[in-house]
Amino acid sequence: MKYLKLIRANLFRSKRRTILTMLSVAAALFLFVTLRSVLTTLDDAKEVGSETRMVTRSSISIVFPLPEAYYQWLQTVPGVNSVSWSSWFGGVYRDPKDFFATFAVDAESYLPMYPEIDMPAEQREAFLAERSAAIVGSGLMERFGWSLNQTIGLRSTIYSPGEEWPFTIRAVYEPTNPSFGDENFFFHYDYLYEKSQYAQPGWYIMQLSDPEAAASVAETIDEHYKNSRAATRTETERAFQTGFITMYGNVGFLLNAIGMAVFFAILFVAANTMMMSARERTNEQAVLKMLGFSDRLLFALVMTEAAVITVVGGVLGVAGAKLLFDLSGFQGAGFLPGFEIKWSTAIVGLVIAVLLGVISGFVPAWQALRLPISQTLRRVA
Amino acid sequence: MKIPVIYNLRSLRQRPVSTLTTAVGMGLVVLVFIAMMALSRGFRAALVETGSTDNVIVLRKGSDSELVSGIGRGTAQTIAAFPFVADGPDGRPLVSPEVYVLISLERLTEGEALVVARGINPEAFDVRKNVEIVEGRMLNPGAPEILVGKSIVDRFANTGIGDKINFASRDWTVVGHFAAGGSSFESEIWGENEQFMPAFRGEVFQTVTFRMDDPSAFESIKSSLEGDPRLQVDALREYDFYAGQSALLSQILNFAAVFIAGIMAIGAIFGAINTMYAAVGARSPEIAVLLTLGFRPFSVMSSFLLEATMIAVLGGLLGGLFSLPINGIVTSTTNWQSFSEVAFAFRVTPDLLFRGVIFAVVMGLIGGFFPARRAARQPVVKAVREI
Repeated sequence: MKYLKLIRANLFRSKRRTILTMLSVAAALFLFVTLRSVLTTLDDAKEVGSETRMVTRSSISIVFPLPEAYYQWLQTVPGVNSVSWSSWFGGVYRDPKDFFATFAVDAESYLPMYPEIDMPAEQREAFLAERSAAIVGSGLMERFGWSLNQTIGLRSTIYSPGEEWPFTIRAVYEPTNPSFGDENFFFHYDYLYEKSQYAQPGWYIMQLSDPEAAASVAETIDEHYKNSRAATRTETERAFQTGFITMYGNVGFLLNAIGMAVFFAILFVAANTMMMSARERTNEQAVLKMLGFSDRLLFALVMTEAAVITVVGGVLGVAGAKLLFDLSGFQGAGFLPGFEIKWSTAIVGLVIAVLLGVISGFVPAWQALRLPISQTLRRVA
Repeated sequence: MKIPVIYNLRSLRQRPVSTLTTAVGMGLVVLVFIAMMALSRGFRAALVETGSTDNVIVLRKGSDSELVSGIGRGTAQTIAAFPFVADGPDGRPLVSPEVYVLISLERLTEGEALVVARGINPEAFDVRKNVEIVEGRMLNPGAPEILVGKSIVDRFANTGIGDKINFASRDWTVVGHFAAGGSSFESEIWGENEQFMPAFRGEVFQTVTFRMDDPSAFESIKSSLEGDPRLQVDALREYDFYAGQSALLSQILNFAAVFIAGIMAIGAIFGAINTMYAAVGARSPEIAVLLTLGFRPFSVMSSFLLEATMIAVLGGLLGGLFSLPINGIVTSTTNWQSFSEVAFAFRVTPDLLFRGVIFAVVMGLIGGFFPARRAARQPVVKAVREI
C-alpha cells in the first residue's frame, strides 16, 4: 500500500475534475439503484400474497362480484380453515388523483386472517364495535394529515357516486410487512351493505390449513361453480397478487433498458475523464517506468485510480439514494408500497461502480502499460 | 469581433475521441428523454384518438369511467330521441348504446390482462368514424360472435378469424378484425349488445355515445341532458372523456421522463464541464494569442460556449438517431383509470426530436459556461509566458 500516496496525489492533481467525475458517477448510481428498487419493490409486492391464503374471484374478471351465498358453501370445502371476503370500494378523498386502496371487508373473519394488519388491541375493539368505523394505514394518515377518531368523508367511484360517505377512523395499523403497504383503508362490509343495495363480495379469501392442499381446493371450488351463474377462478393469494403486478406490462424491460442507457452514458463520461487525465500524465508515466516501475504496476495504478473515482462516486450515489428514500418515505404515490433501497440493491450498485471504474480505466491503463519509454522521454526533452 | 466558427470546428476535430465520448454520453441522455416522452405520448395519443369531438358520451351521473357507469334501456331510448342527435344516411339516429365490461384473458407472453369487451349495435360503426373492419366480416345478429381489435390479435391466443375464445362460460367465434387508427379501441373485443347483456351484467348498458348534429352546440346539449331529471347522467365530449382517461398515467410517465433524464443530465453536464475545462486548459496559449490579437474576452467566451454547444448538438442528433428505431414499437400497460389494458406504440415525432436537441443544447450551455468564462478571464501575460 505504499503507492497510496501516489494515487492520492494523482487524484488531487485536478480536484475539480476528480470531484465532477465522482459526482456524475454518483448521479448515475443514484438513478440506477432507484430504478432497480422500483423493480424489487414490484417483485416484493408479488411475495406479499400468502401461499396459505387462497382467493376466489369471478372467472370473467375481478370486476365482477360474487354472490354472498358462496360464503356458506366455501366454509365446507375440505382443507379450508376459514373464509372471509372483501370488496373494492373505489374510495376517493377530495382529489381522485390522490389514489389509495379502499376495501370493504367482513372484519370479524378478515382481521384474524391478516396478521399483517397490526394495531393496538383497544383500537381493534373500537373498530369492531362501530359500523361506520375504519382502519387506516399509518402512511395514509400521514399523507392526508388525519388523526385517530376523526370523521372523514369519502366518495366512491362505484357506489352512489356523488354522495359522501362518513367514516370514523377508529384504528391505525402498521403493516408487519412493509410490502403490504401502509396506505390502505379498510371498513366494514356491513356498512356498505347497509348503504347500498348493490353491495356484493368482490372476492373471497380462504385460509388453508395446509398449503399443499391449494391445488385441490382450487379445483374443488371452481368445479363446483363451473356451470353456475357466477363461475369462479381460485388461486393462491400469491398468484393473484402476481397477476396484478404483471398487469403493469413489461416494466422490467423498460427499467432495465433505461438502466443500460444510464450505465453507458456514464461510462462514456468516466472513460473520457480517465483518458484526459492520463494523456496529461504521459510524461510522468514514462518517468515512472524509467525509475523501474513495472508495466503491470503502472497498469494497476491507473486502474486503481479510476476505480477509486467511480467507487467513491458510487458510494455517494447509493448512500444518497438510500438516505433520501429512507427519510422521505417515498412510496410512489401509493403504487409502490414498501419502496426502499435494499442492501442487495446497494451492493449491485457498488459492483456496477467498480465495473465502471475497470472499464473506463482500461484504455488509459493499457496505454500506460504499452508506453514506449524512450520515445516519450525524447519528447519531453 | 467574432472568432470564426471554423476555429471551433477544427479544435473539435483535433480531439475526436474526447469530443465523441462527450457527445455520445449526452446522446444517451437525450435518447432516454426522447424514449420516455415517446412512451408517454404514444399512450396519450392512443386514448386521445379514441374519442371524436363530434360525439357525446353519456354516463351515469358521477361515473369517472365506463366500467362503473350504468344506463338502462329506457334512458338510452330517451337519449336517442333527442333532436340534437344526428341522423345517419338511412334516417336512423347515430346512437350507440354500449355494454362495457372487462374480461381476464391470458396473454401470449405471461400473465393475465383485463381486456375491454364492448357490446355494440351495428350503428357503432357509423358513430365511430375511425373504426373499420380490416379482415373478416361484421357480426351476425343473434350469434355468439366477436370482432377483435387489431392490437389484441398479436398479444392473445385464439384471436385468428374462425378461432374460438372462451369467456363468461361461453365460446365466442372470432369473425373479424378491426382497426381504429391506432386508438385504444384496437385493444378491445366487440360483440353484440344482445349477446353480451345476458352473458355479463344483464339488462343494462354502460354508456351511450351519439353523434351531434351540430358539434358547436355541445354546451347546450350537455345542459339539456344533465338537466333532464329523467336521465341522471353526465354528458361529455367523447374526445375529452378519453383524453381524461389518460391523464393519470401520462402524468406519471412525464414525471418519470423528467426525473430520469434530469438526473442523467446532471452526470452528462459534469462530463461536459470536464471536457471543456480540458479543452480550455490545453489551449491556454492559443487563447492568450487570441486575446493578444485583440479579440474581446466576450468573444473568447462566446467561442467556447459555441464549441460546447456544437458538442451538445452532435449529442442531441446522435440521441435522436438512436431513438428512431424505437418509433412504432408496440407495448401495453394497464391504464388504472379505466382498469383495462391498452396497447400503444412509441411515438417519436419530429417535434420530440427537436426538443431532444434543445435539451442537449441546454446541457451543453450549462456545461460550457464555467470553462468558457475561465477562458475569457485568463490573464494574458501568464498565458503568453507559458508559450
